[in-house]
Amino acid sequence: MTALPGKTDRTLGLVIDLDTCVGCHACVVSCKEWNTGGYGAPLADADAWGAEPVGAFLNRVHTFEVTPDSGAAMNVHFPKSCLHCADAPCVTVCPTGASYKRAEDGIVLVNETACIGCGLCAWACPYGAREQDPVEKVMKKCTLCVDRIYNDNIPEQDRIPACVRTCPAGARHFGDLSDPGSEVSRLVAERGGFDLMPEQGTSPVNKYLPPRAREPESIDLAALCDTDLAEPTGFFAWLDRALERL
Amino acid sequence: MTAPPKLDLSPKVSDEIRKTTCYMCACRCGIDVHLRAGEDGRPKVRFIEGNRDHPVNRGVLCAKGSAGIMQQYSPARLRAPLRRVGPRGCGEFQEISWDEALQQAVDWLGPIRDKDPKRLAFFTGRDQSQSFTGWWAQQFGTPNYAAHGGFCSVNMAAAGIYTMGGAFWEFGSPDWERTELFLLFGVAEDHDSNPIKMGLGRLKERGAKVIAVNPVRTGYNAVADEWVGITPGTDGLFVLSLIHELLRGGHVDLDYLLRYTNAPQLVVQNPGGADHGLIARDADGTPLVWDRAERRARPWQEVSTGAALHGEVTLADGRKALPSFEILVSRYMSNDYAPEAVAARCGVEADTIRRIAAELAGAAFGKEIRLSRPWTDLRGERHQEMVGRPVSVHAMRGISAHSNGFQTARAIHLLQILLGSVDCPGGFRFKPPYPKPVRAHPTPHTEAHPRAPLPGPHLGYPRGPEDLRIDAEGRPERIDKAFSWDAPLAVHGLMHMVISNAVAGDPYEIDTLFLYMANMAWNSSMNTAQVMEMLTATGDDGEYRIPHIIYSDAYSSEMVAYADLILPDTTYLERHDCISLLDRPISEPEAAADAIRWPVLEPDRDVRGFQSVLIDLGARLGLPGFVNDDGSHRYKDYADYIARHERRPGIGPLAGFRGDGSQTGRGAPNPGQVDRYRENGGFFTAHIPEEGHYFKMANRAYQDWAVSMGFFDEPLAFTFDIYQETLRKFQLAAEGHGPREPPDHLRETIRAAFDPLPSWAPVPAPEGYPLHAVTQRPAAMYHSWGSQNAWLRQIHGAVPLYVPEPVMQAAGLADGDWAWVISPHGRIRVPVAMTRAASPTTLWTWNAIGKRRGAWALGLNAPEADKSFLLNHLISELHPPKGDGLRWSNSDPVTGQAAWYDLRVRIEKADGGPLHPDTGAQESPVGRGRGHLTFGREWTE
Amino acid sequence: MHPAASIIAFTVASGAGFGLIAALGLPAAWGAAPTGALFWWGFVVAFALAIGGLLASTLHLGHPERAVRAFSQWRTSWLSREGVLAVATLAVAGAYALSILGGLPVARILGPVAAVLSLVTVFATSMIYAQLRTVDRWHTPLTPVAFLGFALGSGVTIAAALHAATGEARLWPIAALVFTAIGWIARRRAWNAGDRRAPTSTPETATGLGHLGRVRLFEAPHTGPNYLLKEMGFVVARRHAEKLRILAAGVGGFVPMILDIVAWAGVAPALLLSLSAILLLAGLVVERWLFFAEARHAQMAFYDRSHT
Ligand SMILES: Nc1nc2c(c(=O)[nH]1)N[C@H]1C(S)=C(S)[C@@H](COP(=O)(O)OP(=O)(O)OC[C@H]3O[C@@H](n4cnc5c(=O)[nH]c(N)nc54)[C@H](O)[C@@H]3O)O[C@H]1N2
Ligand SMILES: Nc1nc2c(c(=O)[nH]1)N[C@H]1C(S)=C(S)[C@@H](COP(=O)(O)OP(=O)(O)OC[C@H]3O[C@@H](n4cnc5c(=O)[nH]c(N)nc54)[C@H](O)[C@@H]3O)O[C@H]1N2
Ligand code: SF4
Ligand code: SF4
Ligand code: SF4
Ligand code: SF4
Ligand code: SF4
Ligand SMILES: [Mo]
Repeated sequence: MTALPGKTDRTLGLVIDLDTCVGCHACVVSCKEWNTGGYGAPLADADAWGAEPVGAFLNRVHTFEVTPDSGAAMNVHFPKSCLHCADAPCVTVCPTGASYKRAEDGIVLVNETACIGCGLCAWACPYGAREQDPVEKVMKKCTLCVDRIYNDNIPEQDRIPACVRTCPAGARHFGDLSDPGSEVSRLVAERGGFDLMPEQGTSPVNKYLPPRAREPESIDLAALCDTDLAEPTGFFAWLDRALERL
Repeated sequence: MTAPPKLDLSPKVSDEIRKTTCYMCACRCGIDVHLRAGEDGRPKVRFIEGNRDHPVNRGVLCAKGSAGIMQQYSPARLRAPLRRVGPRGCGEFQEISWDEALQQAVDWLGPIRDKDPKRLAFFTGRDQSQSFTGWWAQQFGTPNYAAHGGFCSVNMAAAGIYTMGGAFWEFGSPDWERTELFLLFGVAEDHDSNPIKMGLGRLKERGAKVIAVNPVRTGYNAVADEWVGITPGTDGLFVLSLIHELLRGGHVDLDYLLRYTNAPQLVVQNPGGADHGLIARDADGTPLVWDRAERRARPWQEVSTGAALHGEVTLADGRKALPSFEILVSRYMSNDYAPEAVAARCGVEADTIRRIAAELAGAAFGKEIRLSRPWTDLRGERHQEMVGRPVSVHAMRGISAHSNGFQTARAIHLLQILLGSVDCPGGFRFKPPYPKPVRAHPTPHTEAHPRAPLPGPHLGYPRGPEDLRIDAEGRPERIDKAFSWDAPLAVHGLMHMVISNAVAGDPYEIDTLFLYMANMAWNSSMNTAQVMEMLTATGDDGEYRIPHIIYSDAYSSEMVAYADLILPDTTYLERHDCISLLDRPISEPEAAADAIRWPVLEPDRDVRGFQSVLIDLGARLGLPGFVNDDGSHRYKDYADYIARHERRPGIGPLAGFRGDGSQTGRGAPNPGQVDRYRENGGFFTAHIPEEGHYFKMANRAYQDWAVSMGFFDEPLAFTFDIYQETLRKFQLAAEGHGPREPPDHLRETIRAAFDPLPSWAPVPAPEGYPLHAVTQRPAAMYHSWGSQNAWLRQIHGAVPLYVPEPVMQAAGLADGDWAWVISPHGRIRVPVAMTRAASPTTLWTWNAIGKRRGAWALGLNAPEADKSFLLNHLISELHPPKGDGLRWSNSDPVTGQAAWYDLRVRIEKADGGPLHPDTGAQESPVGRGRGHLTFGREWTE
Repeated sequence: MHPAASIIAFTVASGAGFGLIAALGLPAAWGAAPTGALFWWGFVVAFALAIGGLLASTLHLGHPERAVRAFSQWRTSWLSREGVLAVATLAVAGAYALSILGGLPVARILGPVAAVLSLVTVFATSMIYAQLRTVDRWHTPLTPVAFLGFALGSGVTIAAALHAATGEARLWPIAALVFTAIGWIARRRAWNAGDRRAPTSTPETATGLGHLGRVRLFEAPHTGPNYLLKEMGFVVARRHAEKLRILAAGVGGFVPMILDIVAWAGVAPALLLSLSAILLLAGLVVERWLFFAEARHAQMAFYDRSHT
């Protein structure tokens, strides 16, 4: 199945708002929690309480420091999981067909029972979105919660990815990016949603919304201050006038 | 080509969902615990998600909340009661039965109660059942009870209650739906963990502006639209400068000040006199204002916008008086508060201060909100509209954990009040039962007598020096010296002083230290290494200076190793708990709310819920309230207490489903109450009638509702006290007036600190320590608990000290180097990393990631012990001796709040590791977590 | 990239094995198929190297027991193609060997076919790496050139040694020298190009935040290690790399080529060519170690703390 479907019926993915993400890691743990008892093998943690714990996570949050030419540096929290690329190199390199992209919704998945754990797909992914499970030795990646979003055992409003449902700041959005009328498409259009590493030619589905300008507003001080009351005496004269108006 | 595999898109999720309350932190979100049969067929947690119906989190959950599974199945869980067999600190224990454990406790506590109850110090840390544990201590009769508030954020609580009957903390919140400008001071995470994140998200969605004042730019501060990288300890000055600018522009809400504050109240002008600076009152003691129309002094309630705000008046008795507002204006209009005068000290440019003041004014007055929602105030006046000033503020430990934090918090409240933005649409809103003025709070009690309960609660709000808890010689009556001249308004007690005072025998010695849920041998102490020494200090007789230590923890923490008797608690999923309106409630601005926890899982160890253990212990000790007349146990367990206990007639721990189940707030105990909570999702909300949503301090509809709920017995008309008379009373005492005067060495401190108007004093800046060092709460870790958590410890397992780039360069440091960080009090050697997004003089690190080797069932070479450290070693609860033989506490002189963030340091390159100091290793009474974790395997095959 | 021993062994050994098969197969075209001792030694060594290399590669797999699945995706996956081609090559080479044993004329066809398949297999191996846009140092035509050069260089050197030991070396040492030189020239050029090349992906493009300023990792998502850092985060210090390059090219290039010439000149050809082959293989192990160790993976842009 390593051939990519030319076009998918829908294009499901995430839109992540870097202007809002506070870097709380809620999405990281919720993802781990949902998936460790769900799709495929559990997400193992090697040496869980020891000197070098290494666990498989499908979603991780980095923090970047951005230093402008002038002005203060800022930190930007940056969640990252599989971007479900349209031209997913991780799929085409897979020798076994374990990696595939679903024609119906574009979700990129790993069929763990077919995976030989060669790791090549992780090498092919420019985003670091695939991790081999340290115990089961099969490739793990974000499933876009395919076992939630269509799950009849879950109330309808909860048929969204675990990370989206949990995000306290509302920085994560899920939807069909091929539908220009969808909430996610609207956000991308309005806020200038962008691709990560466009130079890699992967055509990622997930989009990122940039931090909004952090320049302070220029405020017309003169218009606001109807009076300049440098001294208390002046202030009290103003006060009398103001009290008259009450 | 292989065909795509057939996927089961609707796999089974869980067998059952049980709704309870999270306790991975103090935010107390509602959780849906999904249970599924584990390998042994017993229910096991499949996953935890947020309860969408819950008022606190409305479905979302933070990282810790989701990681609750790993806490539940942590290898560090205590398994049975323990008796210490090795020396204190080494962690050698013997498992004993509950009968033995309880008997041991009775053998220690019984004689204390019979002879001298104050020789028990019962302190309860991060307790969510303070109304119960406090009541237990009261029935025992010891004056020595408090929870952790004294080292946490009592400055915030005290400043808020004394100023406006409510505080930041989680007792109020911005009007997220309406605010246009949100100012956040000194917050990394806070107790309202999820609500703040949800609120920030909402502000972003609405396009409202967020200004963050914080020396560090991470987390909330990183997403803020504007970051003010202030120099630590200078916020008060910054805010007073904003106030200066607002006054200069006439940007204050006079109508609001006249109606709801004591701005017009008359302050007696009698320099040198015992009444100078007190509020002029009528014969009934009611504060007076000057009626501009009638040109006479009248009780404040009788005059609203007609009162005078300036001009000296002569009272009927001939004394002169000024409206407090005039004193205030004269103070802050001074050039001392001009932006240029403060800019350098605050590390904020004068233009920025001016612009932010203008933006505040622009939002408050330029974006005024008018809700057409008629309401009636407590003066009886009917208003057709609710006028909103959409500026809101939140502040926490960045403000409160300084020795000037009380007055800084007061300054922030003053700013809010001048703008007319407290409890109005778009402003900061109280959550019921707040606002609750000082008048509605008790005064503190310490009257201890053998075999008798304390006549009233331990903690309260002194109205003046007369309420101090000192004896005839001025000696503190409490072991922590709360409510003494050392910390007159220590309204949460001073837990951080207990160990060092007890070991020093100052003010007296104790027999038993009984701790619950406080890692006092580690991250909740200042001066950690020395506290560990104190806990093992012996007297001339070779006995420990603190003879007995009883401790209740749920996990193998550092403190466990230092206790003699361990009463192992359950996890939060295994017990009943009560999140009560009598305590720190989980209300929202438009509803009162309370909640329970209940055992969604059966413990698989020999552990018991601590509150149930206290009930048992109380009955075994024969404490009043815990036994029936025939001596039998009054309550079966905590659940029974929750349902049946009455604090006042008709008022119990839970407000919902009282009486026959239909009564709210007041009503007879309902034995089925806990079940009703369970059925209701673990919580209960009582909505405030819409007319009462804003201006709660003066809103008839709200006050009537509050009375019906039992928060108070009659509507409480009160003013926001921007001029604080209680403070003035202490100041007068320091000036030599009244029967109780502070000791000479504190006289000047008290005089300066108890300024009735918000003031700013620089925090101590010892010579040779040019840098500041602070900690921040990591969102994905809760104090020390998180490190046992297999998932969370991967996110925060080894943290460096973050050092600003110029400081790195000056010290010749590069990422990954080790450095000595030196304070007047001690030195630590730690790994460093460079940051650019911080104030250039502020070093910082994540709080409490460092662990003692061997604790928390972690491997002996865990990064938490090898690469992570505590800043606490550099901070002391006492200042270095001044040579006067006195112990000078490192705290706010008003409240005794521990001044964690006053810390000053210098930094020097070190040749390499390892960490210093080395606090040794402790044995693990529960073994160690080993091997790989494959949680959920049984459900995935 | 993490230089895994199994992958180094795989690429070096199977390259040499297939190179040797090519060296044994091609001469059949003009009727010079190996016979006698040369036949036995030649095929034993070739199969041992090729099969040994392939087996070594399975040590890298999380699930070697499922390795057979890797043959299924030859239409899209170079790794799959490599597997299919390797097996096909070995089969044809086996048939070729049998046909020589049986004295069948079809050997004249099977030999060159095996030779061509060998080279295509090596090409496929190289494409596993060269196709990856994520690794700038690999994503270049120089990668297949170097792989082919080295495969033929090592295969032909072994063949030359065997020829010398079982008969006459003739022009074999010169052929060995030429292929070895091609390999090293390609490698040197790849090193230089790699050193000069600005990374395709940077923290700025990775995060899309470049328009706001210079981007640097402030905090990694986990303070502990993870699979990605272990697999992709390997870095070798520039200084060490340069030393190792000189060592590799000296031991695996310069010295063997001198030995080839001296042997060609007739001095102890069997001994010197054997030594040449051993040194070349040793040099290639270092070269291959560097191939991985020096390769910077694009996703490390997300972990770059040094970026100022
Ligand atoms: N995830 C998580 N949540 C928690 C906790 C936890 O451990 N983990 N702990 C809970 C507890 S007990 C508490 S008390 C609350 C506390 O919650 P917060 O009030 O958020 O406390 P801190 O994390 O100490 O953050 C203090 C902030 O103040 C800044 N700061 C330091 N000095 C100054 C100053 O002088 N001025 C200004 N403006 N800022 C300053 C620091 O940089 C830091 O960002 O959090 C609660 N919530
Ligand atoms: N450097 C520095 N130090 C600080 C601060 C800071 O900002 N900087 N902040 C201070 C503040 S505000 C606070 S509140 C303190 C917090 O410090 P602590 O209150 O000591 O913090 P915790 O780590 O929350 O742990 C208390 C203990 O409760 C135990 N526990 C957890 N769950 C349960 C349970 O269900 N039952 C029982 N019985 N025990 C349980 C834990 O195992 C732990 O041993 O730290 C203070 N220390
Ligand atoms: S949960 Fe939301 S706010 Fe938190 S790190 Fe993830 S995306 Fe960011
Ligand atoms: S992000 Fe990586 S793993 Fe996901 S589809 Fe794109 S290339 Fe494949
Ligand atoms: S690791 Fe598994 S999914 Fe990835 S390429 Fe190899 S076989 Fe395919
Ligand atoms: S969509 Fe699901 S699998 Fe993907 S990151 Fe979110 S929670 Fe994890
Ligand atoms: S904020 Fe997180 S840890 Fe705290 S109660 Fe809520 S979900 Fe639990
Ligand atoms: Mo706290």
